[in-house]
Amino acid sequence: MVARRVVWLGVLIVIITALTYTLFFFIPADPAVEAVPKGASPQTIAEVRHRMGLDQPVWLQYLYFFHGPDLIGNGQASGILNWPPNLGYSFKNEQPVLATILDRLPVTLSLAIGGVVLWLLFGLGVGIVSALRPRSVQDRTAMLFALVGVSMPQFLLGVALLYLFYFRIHIFPAPTYVPFTQDPIGWAWHLVLPWCTLAFTYAAAYSRIMRSSMLEVANENWVLLARAKGLRRRDVVRRHVVRPALQQVVTMLGMDIGILISGAVVVEIVFGLNGVGNLAIHALNTSDLPVIAGTVIFAAVSVAVANLVVDIAYKFLDPRVQ
Amino acid sequence: MSSIAVGTAEAGGASAVSVGPSQLRVVFRRFWRDRVARFSLIYIGVVILAAVGAPLIALANGHPPDDLSHQFQMTTVYGLPEGPNWQLKFWLGADQFGRDLLTRTVYGARISLLIGVASTMVALAIGCAVGVVAGFLRGPVDGLLSRSVDVVLAFPILLLALSIRAVFGASLWIIIIVVAFATWPYISRIVRGQALIIREQEYVLAARALGAGDLRIMWEHVLPNLVGPLIVYGTLIIPVNILLEASLSYLGLGLPPPTATWGQMLADGQAYYATAPWMIAVPGLALLSTTIAFNLVGDALRDALDPRTGLATL
Repeated sequence: MVARRVVWLGVLIVIITALTYTLFFFIPADPAVEAVPKGASPQTIAEVRHRMGLDQPVWLQYLYFFHGPDLIGNGQASGILNWPPNLGYSFKNEQPVLATILDRLPVTLSLAIGGVVLWLLFGLGVGIVSALRPRSVQDRTAMLFALVGVSMPQFLLGVALLYLFYFRIHIFPAPTYVPFTQDPIGWAWHLVLPWCTLAFTYAAAYSRIMRSSMLEVANENWVLLARAKGLRRRDVVRRHVVRPALQQVVTMLGMDIGILISGAVVVEIVFGLNGVGNLAIHALNTSDLPVIAGTVIFAAVSVAVANLVVDIAYKFLDPRVQ
Repeated sequence: MSSIAVGTAEAGGASAVSVGPSQLRVVFRRFWRDRVARFSLIYIGVVILAAVGAPLIALANGHPPDDLSHQFQMTTVYGLPEGPNWQLKFWLGADQFGRDLLTRTVYGARISLLIGVASTMVALAIGCAVGVVAGFLRGPVDGLLSRSVDVVLAFPILLLALSIRAVFGASLWIIIIVVAFATWPYISRIVRGQALIIREQEYVLAARALGAGDLRIMWEHVLPNLVGPLIVYGTLIIPVNILLEASLSYLGLGLPPPTATWGQMLADGQAYYATAPWMIAVPGLALLSTTIAFNLVGDALRDALDPRTGLATL
């Protein structure tokens, strides 16, 4: 199964990058002209264009992306199929794309980890408590919050939190990234507001899903049977309701984490964090094709890997899945 | 943007309920009895009215959405926007160019509603067609369609938005297509699941025994049975699409300025959030209340179509 997944991942990467190159081909901006100072001679522009590989037909550029010659002239062949893999060099600053992404990754990962922990804690907790007493006061209050959460644009919540807890009541510092290895407490303290922004919007969705799938499972015959044979309510809920209900959550989680690792774009922009999402947006706005293609591949791989993990997690939740 | 999955994944609870004309009336009566739903529907009506009557509001206060004539009256000497000013009929304050926030917000409602609803229609059409065909025919067709859904889901929507914009310019239709492109896979997945259930029903077998072809069965038996769930998903996808359009505008990938869009207004407001919080509050609350209202209506529709959900006790 894993082998089939890996093959599919390869196919997915080929299709998605091909689409990326095709779409990029339509963007009218000329990266070579933008890269040189104004008034550069046509010769210089041609040289730069050659170094970027843009003088080749688009299909050849695409091939170079996988396996190509040493365009920059630093002794390393281009292409992701070479070892070490080379995602190319930024049109803007000539930095290797892979190194740039890996450089930004800690920021995005920190954002994702804290956010996921918080939202699972709150989302699942609130969902379970709500489902245990449907239509009680606590259920209604929780679902009201959840409703606001799923309707809330992340950038609105982010700005509101900044206004309240940074500008008005100065509790939290301006969000920046402090490396975890340098100062773990400062790392967490500086990321509280972005985490809360991510967690609130996602926790709302997860609590709604957890609640509705638990109530759905509660209608199943096996729950009745478990109660009938005298199992305690707590055991029924834990083993026969929460576990099957978690399946839907796990499916979504795989998807969401995959997307988050490739950049929580809006949250990163609101709080000015220099993560992968910010890198992608910047590359898009400056027509930096190698960086665009690199982040696109990175996103595809992280979504696919997260989905693979989900499939493995399924086996633990549902023994019937083989 | 992954919150796209929210509305749909959750609506999965609504099973394939057949909805005939008389049943629609029953469902609507059940829906109307819900006070919150009734209020939300009325609120959406008010937002639609405001959007349609946006020029009237501009006429009432005398400030068209792109009117820059009050730039110096409604900004401070430092160029910071001023708050509400009743004398000049700036009831909700001004933005950094001295433009009327109320006028721009009601004009923004036009864009949000139009894109939200139209892109949902497009997404429903594509998602429904792909989902029904994949789920009903199964086999290699299903494999191919489901794989292409995976490709679309893995594809960065922002890149698509940017390149399409670069080629065709950012028109209303382009944004609608981009937003619909981002959400149809979710609809298609759910519809496929429902079609897989429906194709095993006895009435499909009966239709086949009577000699009906695939197309006919899909059109006359599968699609009508999807009407109920599709109404629910559709209503729940509208706020998702409104948020998506607002996010695109916020990131500068939506309709270009000076068009008033809520996302763009919020992006402008963020630069002045410390000195002019109304620039965030006005479009922000408009956006939030609209999405909440659509979500409430969607929830109530789901309950009305499938009254069993929520009755279980643990």
